[in-house]
Amino acid sequence: MSNDPELRVSKIRNGTVIDHINGGQALNVLAIVGIDGTSGEEVSVAMNIPSDRLGKKDIVKVEGRELSQDEVDVLSLIAPAATINIVRDFEVAEKHRVERPERVVGVLECPNRHCITTENEPVDSAFEVLDDGVRCEYCDTIIREDIAAYILVS
Amino acid sequence: MRQDHIISAKQLSRPDIEAVLDRAAEIAADPSAFGDRHEGSLLGLLFFEPSTRTKMSFTAAMKRLGGDVVDMGTVESSSVKKGESLADTVRVVEGYADALVLRHPSEGSAKMASEFVDVPLINAGDGAGQHPTQTLLDLYTIRENAGFDDLTIGIMGDLKYGRTVHSLAHALTVFDASQHFISPESLQLPRSVRYDLHEAGADVREHTDLDDVLAELDVLYVTRIQKERFPDESEYHEVAGEYQIDAETIEAVNEDLTVMHPLPRVDEIAHDVDELDGAKYFEQAHNGVPVRMALLDMVLGGEER
Repeated sequence: MSNDPELRVSKIRNGTVIDHINGGQALNVLAIVGIDGTSGEEVSVAMNIPSDRLGKKDIVKVEGRELSQDEVDVLSLIAPAATINIVRDFEVAEKHRVERPERVVGVLECPNRHCITTENEPVDSAFEVLDDGVRCEYCDTIIREDIAAYILVS
Repeated sequence: MRQDHIISAKQLSRPDIEAVLDRAAEIAADPSAFGDRHEGSLLGLLFFEPSTRTKMSFTAAMKRLGGDVVDMGTVESSSVKKGESLADTVRVVEGYADALVLRHPSEGSAKMASEFVDVPLINAGDGAGQHPTQTLLDLYTIRENAGFDDLTIGIMGDLKYGRTVHSLAHALTVFDASQHFISPESLQLPRSVRYDLHEAGADVREHTDLDDVLAELDVLYVTRIQKERFPDESEYHEVAGEYQIDAETIEAVNEDLTVMHPLPRVDEIAHDVDELDGAKYFEQAHNGVPVRMALLDMVLGGEER
């Protein structure tokens, strides 16, 4: 048990543990859930831990915070193998796998600078989720690589 | 046709397209029968980019249906200049007209605008995106001259930024046409269009040299390669020169070829081609009127009359 990578970061009492994040994506996961440390949550991050399934994985633990479905949806785009454990009083109360949504609204910025959603119009960006990327519903631009770079930071 | 808004060629099924083309043929055969069809109706024109033929042919089409147009005029003279959003502009103008026609430099503008209005909105070109009414008149011209059975078409020029190309390529997938794309490597089809063609199971091949495929084409659709797509003018001249066609080449290789072009052309089709029987680009431009009449008739509720 002493080799359990999860013990590299402390246990939490109440909150969320996101495990099996693709190695190196933990900070993007935090960006998605809107955590930058300024609001005082207790956050533990472990990065690039050896994993049988992923090669290298990241783990994020957030005290006092349960993820919403919207947040989980977006998470699926950059961490499709992630598991989400909701912890209450040190016990895993719920365990979820992420599921890829059909579309994500208002969370990614279209990389096409001629796309109407990047202009000063009262419209949220909207992307259809493809098997291997996402596609702007307005200008049809497809993003396959580095989706995290287009996350709109809240 | 089910849709009120005409945003993208992707939304058009084969029956949708054939319904418009059939109506256009009916109109072309006897335009006067449609002359008072939409008396009292107004079409709002919102052109945020310069346009000659699209705007004029929409105007002609609406007037030949007995209706009239209200025109926003140029961007310089409008409230857009004061910083009004497109969403606000279309919400105001929908109160003045029974249908709207929008041309805008941003991709996705027509789709966004359509979400803010209840009257039918027709996309007349959104940046490098789509130009579905051009596609309908292109398809009409193809049907009149080459037909859709076993159609082999070559599309040449600026395939990356050419919205008429993107719309036409999408629409041709419903006719099982064999599509050849001929362009310099830097101006090949964008990823999003390739994705759709692949998803549609389209028969698509790409070439950098027209000679590879010219002999087997029924139709050659030529588009203009624009100077501003190249870092310097000498490179432009070098590349553009390889995607030009003249009468001698056509007569030597493929006498039955139908030649089309959305116009304006610069020098990608030599003037001596105009004399060939297969030169159909002016006919194609003229077809814009009956085809847009048919489309307007349908979105304005011609079937109920």
